[in-house]
Amino acid sequence: MSNGLNSLKEWIDKRFPMTSNWEAHLSKYYAPKNFNFWYYFGSLALLVLVNQILTGIFLTMHYKPDAELAFRSVEYIMRDVDYGWLIRYMHSTGASMFFVVVYLHMFRGMMYGSYRKPRELLWLIGMAIFFVLMSLAFTGYILPWGQMSYWGAQVIVSMFGAIPLVGDQLTLLLLGDFNLSDATLNRFFAYHVVTLPLLMLVLVFVHILALHEVGSNNPDGVEIKENKNPESKIPVDGIPFHPYYSVKDIVGVIGFLIVFCTIVFFAPEFGGYFLEHNNFIPANTLQTPDHIAPVWYFTPYYSMLRAVTVNFLWVDAKLWGVILMAAAVVIFAFLPWLDKSPVKSVRYKGPIFKFALTMFVISFFVLGWLGMEAPTPLYTLLAQIFTVIYFAFFLLMPWYSKIDKTKPEPKRVTK
Amino acid sequence: MKKLRTFLFVLCMAPLSVFSAPPGMPLDKAPVDTTNNASLQRGAESFANYCLTCHAASYMRYNRHRDIGLNEAEALDLLVKTGQKAGDLMLTAMDEKEAEEWFGVLPPDLSVIARSRGADWLYTYLRAFYRDDTTVPGWNNLVFDRAAMPHVFYELQGEQKLVVETVGGEEVESLELVKPGTMTVSEYDQYVADLVNYLVYIGEPAANDRKRIGIYVLLFLFGFLALSIALKREYWRDIH
Repeated sequence: MSNGLNSLKEWIDKRFPMTSNWEAHLSKYYAPKNFNFWYYFGSLALLVLVNQILTGIFLTMHYKPDAELAFRSVEYIMRDVDYGWLIRYMHSTGASMFFVVVYLHMFRGMMYGSYRKPRELLWLIGMAIFFVLMSLAFTGYILPWGQMSYWGAQVIVSMFGAIPLVGDQLTLLLLGDFNLSDATLNRFFAYHVVTLPLLMLVLVFVHILALHEVGSNNPDGVEIKENKNPESKIPVDGIPFHPYYSVKDIVGVIGFLIVFCTIVFFAPEFGGYFLEHNNFIPANTLQTPDHIAPVWYFTPYYSMLRAVTVNFLWVDAKLWGVILMAAAVVIFAFLPWLDKSPVKSVRYKGPIFKFALTMFVISFFVLGWLGMEAPTPLYTLLAQIFTVIYFAFFLLMPWYSKIDKTKPEPKRVTK
Repeated sequence: MKKLRTFLFVLCMAPLSVFSAPPGMPLDKAPVDTTNNASLQRGAESFANYCLTCHAASYMRYNRHRDIGLNEAEALDLLVKTGQKAGDLMLTAMDEKEAEEWFGVLPPDLSVIARSRGADWLYTYLRAFYRDDTTVPGWNNLVFDRAAMPHVFYELQGEQKLVVETVGGEEVESLELVKPGTMTVSEYDQYVADLVNYLVYIGEPAANDRKRIGIYVLLFLFGFLALSIALKREYWRDIH
């Protein structure tokens, strides 16, 4: 480094912890050397977040949060704004890909026991990010003001109305009106572009801070900090994040961008999954569509909402549906305390856990598929069965994780 | 782990096959080709002659037709009957209130109709009108029961009637041409195909650009991928 730059660095370091932060979080932050495919999704989630913020800023410049103008302004972006179609598709595809990446990131954590001690708080912060992400998706989906925006939001808002005592007041607060209207669109716009992104950024920052405090887990689930080189105090199975994982994550980023750009440029509607066909019809407050389905990432939970068909105890079916749906999301947060297995990673867990995890994944996909279909008696029955399986994975975990036959964990990470 | 990954992938793809099955009556495949400018220009002309009287395409501007090989003068010449300017939106001359009185519903804007209905639906719909004296317009449609729209291409296609046959205990509906129009069946099919092609184009005028640019983006990314893999290998050589 030239002398001038060196003295500039010193000048800054005396006033701001630049070099020390660079070292603590990048060049001397030691990550396990055995990360596999599943470890790309953390950095990819960050990439998608940046994509959403940047494209979102440009969309905000042309979008009009007004029930009369919103739909038209989106089409204006698609036609009259230079490369507006690209920005819009990057944002809409990014929304779906955010969930793809985050679901895979969460699944990675479930496979390798990344939620276990000492990473419970890291996991909980991640759950908070997941809730904010869901809120962002919901408030964003209403903005184009198409038929699905309107009626999908109608369904979700009506769930809040099912909450006893405060339901009506809460709905009023949420809508800013007595029904879904221009006032709702305006406040959802505010939530979507200011409140929630700010919250998201803070939570992501805290998530990374917590991660760098406890260090990353790895596919073997062994703690690399327990085996340090006695002289250098560096974990023997650790390698500096920069340059090793920064160059590796570039491969992940490019691989992801190939998938992402294939969708953006060649299938932005993704067969009606990412952009629903009915959302190309402007919202009509007088015409309920025959079939209301949320976007794919909410459909597993939507299935559970619809799965409850009978009143039980003194609570009616709709409220049970809402409770179940909320519980299905919140229950992830309890994983650190539900898992009693002596080992973390699926590699050393026994057959019962592997079976349970497989069943959980199947139930998630089946519920997701059912949530897109119009309900029939058979589908409702299937939704009920798979809802039970979904919850059984979590609720029975304290028992099956204890009695499961595990293999001994290695002392060091394996390949 | 590899098995699990394959399994997850198959599960991901499973719903796609279910989704592709259309509800209700089978639709004919529309021969869409948005790179065929001759077809798009014919479709544009029919759109201006027939559709634009009642339906607007109000997100679309006349001068945008440069995409399909029409300059401003040509677009105005082909599409405009009454003094609009090249930068104007394609609005309808009909009064909204009157339209609603006449048809019972406001004829929908057709800018993105191909994106909500799909090309195949439009292609089938525009060829599936039949005489039905029990309805207000005197026409009915096989894919859209009691559509408020009359058969505007009646003179071209001629008059069809509904034929209901019982095959194996199930009622099968089909259409029969009872009074030929000025076009033969294949001429009319081509005419509708051109129009649907145009509707697909105005649904997303940038679609051809999008696909063209996409190829370069992917080529760049694949090149970059090779470089990034080489870089990663070089750095990771000493990690065991």
